[in-house]
Amino acid sequence: MQSNQELEGFRIELRSWLEANCPAEMRGGEPSEASVCWGGKNFEFESEAQRLWMERAAAKGYTVPTWPVEYGGAGLTRTQEKIFKEEMDRIEARNPLQSFGIWMLGPALLHFGSHEQKLLYLPPIARGEIRWCQGYSEPGAGSDLASVQTRGEDKGDHWLVNGQKIWTSYADKADWIFALIRTDREAPKHKGISFLLIDMEDAGVETRPIKLISGASVFCETFFTDVKVPKEQIVGEENRGWDVAKYLLTHEREMISGGGQGLSGGRALGAVLNESMEDGREMDTTLRAAAMRCEVDALSIGLTLERYKDQAEAGSGAGDASAMLKYMGTELNKQRHELLMSAGGSDALEWDGPLGNRPADWLRTKANSIEGGTSEVMLSIVSRRVLGLGA
Amino acid sequence: MANLVMTEDETMLADAARGFLDRSAPVKAFRDLRDAGKTHDAKMWKEMADMGWAGALVPESAGGSDMGHAAAGVLAHEMGKTLVVSPFLSTAVIAATALRNVSDARAEKALAAIASGETTYALAVDETAKFNPEGTSMVASREGNGFRLSGKKTFVVDGGLADRLLVLAKTDDGLTLFDIPADRGGVTRKAQNMIDARDSARIDFDNVEATGDDVLGQVDSAMSVLKPALEAGQAALAAEMAGLSAGAFGMTVGYLKERKQFGTAIGNFQALQHRAAHLWCEIEVTASAILNAGRMLDEDPANATLAVSLAKARATSTAQLAVQEGVQMHGGIGMTDAYDIGFYMKRARVGAEWLGDYGYHAGQVAKHRGF
Repeated sequence: MQSNQELEGFRIELRSWLEANCPAEMRGGEPSEASVCWGGKNFEFESEAQRLWMERAAAKGYTVPTWPVEYGGAGLTRTQEKIFKEEMDRIEARNPLQSFGIWMLGPALLHFGSHEQKLLYLPPIARGEIRWCQGYSEPGAGSDLASVQTRGEDKGDHWLVNGQKIWTSYADKADWIFALIRTDREAPKHKGISFLLIDMEDAGVETRPIKLISGASVFCETFFTDVKVPKEQIVGEENRGWDVAKYLLTHEREMISGGGQGLSGGRALGAVLNESMEDGREMDTTLRAAAMRCEVDALSIGLTLERYKDQAEAGSGAGDASAMLKYMGTELNKQRHELLMSAGGSDALEWDGPLGNRPADWLRTKANSIEGGTSEVMLSIVSRRVLGLGA
Repeated sequence: MANLVMTEDETMLADAARGFLDRSAPVKAFRDLRDAGKTHDAKMWKEMADMGWAGALVPESAGGSDMGHAAAGVLAHEMGKTLVVSPFLSTAVIAATALRNVSDARAEKALAAIASGETTYALAVDETAKFNPEGTSMVASREGNGFRLSGKKTFVVDGGLADRLLVLAKTDDGLTLFDIPADRGGVTRKAQNMIDARDSARIDFDNVEATGDDVLGQVDSAMSVLKPALEAGQAALAAEMAGLSAGAFGMTVGYLKERKQFGTAIGNFQALQHRAAHLWCEIEVTASAILNAGRMLDEDPANATLAVSLAKARATSTAQLAVQEGVQMHGGIGMTDAYDIGFYMKRARVGAEWLGDYGYHAGQVAKHRGF
């Protein structure tokens, strides 16, 4: 435990560092899918400021503030992390770097990876050099994820992988993919899966974007044809990949619930709504009432995320309750975007119109309650595992 | 930002409270009280005082246990689970916080009388059917060195039996809070026959005399004393309602596991599983807002308004959902007086209105968030 004096010192130092290093363009504004800095070999920065901000933050370990220093983080304690968040929110600083590597693979590697794997894979994630995507769902394995059929045949020093993944978000932009591969076809479905790391540049990996209702193509199909994956590219034990997958899913769910996107930025919905009415209109009472309810729920879910992090620090992770965070956060985020559309009125109906990405962002949120496990799957997890119903 | 994990002390307090309440105040005790037409259990309050609950927010120098607001919330939560009837909120939380924000010898004495369980209080603020302290129209007119109070108060929770009343009235340049004995000349109390079978009264004040000594804090600036008291009360009430939600939810899930239809426990049906799971999610989210409000009142009371209103708003909507889902999932038996779930529904309705309803507190949240 650090003394208050030390913490105050950390805050003062951090504040002046942020003042000096966070470019003005990287502060304020409603975070949009389009303004996210994803990093990776193929990433095109929207501005010099975005590149600078990522690099400066990475140099201090602030892209992954709580990761150990040796793996590219800043090694912040939970209390320091809270201060970090408060100071970032204070100047409405954008997240310098977001990625599936940070949200999902990182935590899984920190938990299941070998020291060599951590040293090899984590720092490039922290520096925004390598961008990861997730190979989980398949055409025949959606909500029933454990029935994945993409096959890895044991060839001694490598697996020979064949099959197809779907909804691989940003696979066309990613450098590497972490994937659930069936390495034992005889075992019960949960016991024959391995968690493999695959280079997207390997021969036999092919990816095709899927055009979505938002007009964007953030999701892809990814095909594996005789892809050779070296044996050392497994996380955890062979055929025990489901444990890694589940652990990672709890992080993914926490992220989707609001830790990463949507509710972040610390901005009140009402303030954003007010801004969308700069033409002098007033919020009608129905919209206002809905916005108030949304704000009450958003703040409380935000506190719940913090509470679970506090609990994790005290030794008990969210576990199955991450299904709750995911369900509550995504349903709320969808509502929030419905309100934003309603506030925008006809201005929000044009692609790249006066409100920019608003309609595309709105449509994007419809996937929130599907990806990473549907709301219904989340409720089933809660009822079975937390409440013991139908067990 | 506050740490949102219950401390070891708080967990121990919750366990100890639960143990005591399961023995002395299960829902059956509430039913017996109601059936006897009573709204107060003096013996129970004495026991709570002996355990330091009455003095939960009273400084040790005045004989209190000074546990703080988060701990008071822990107690309120446990009481809410089994619908415990006590003057805890009115006396130990609201009045004690008001008195604590006045530092004079008289307040010190009054605090000691609260901690010992000797004196109970009620807060007389509401004049219309909705909570609106700023809109108070009851007048305290100057007379010589003192005042004359005239007007009507309603929904004075615990006001039928309380020994003393905290009364909010308009003075020349603002609002003033008075602390007077409930049996002073000119005070007429009419007990209300409340749906939750608790003590509440309409009180008429007919030229009631008050001296300068009866003023709590400064004349014309009631809010410096009343605001912290209201926020403490709102946070503790929110905690009680969260406890109530947990109690109703526990009964309901228990029923889902035991009731059989179509040859199986009804909890095996996904339609009911998902209703129950959704309710659990709401309860879990509300718990964060409750703990946060207690922490803010303990650590940064001058800036706790947002946290408190957030807690009361969430607790209100969650309790409403918990009791409505509770009755629905119990089916026909949930409609009977013989079954306890209806008690939860009626208490949740009263808790929803007391000290500001959902709209009032969501409005406070919006105001603090810039819209």
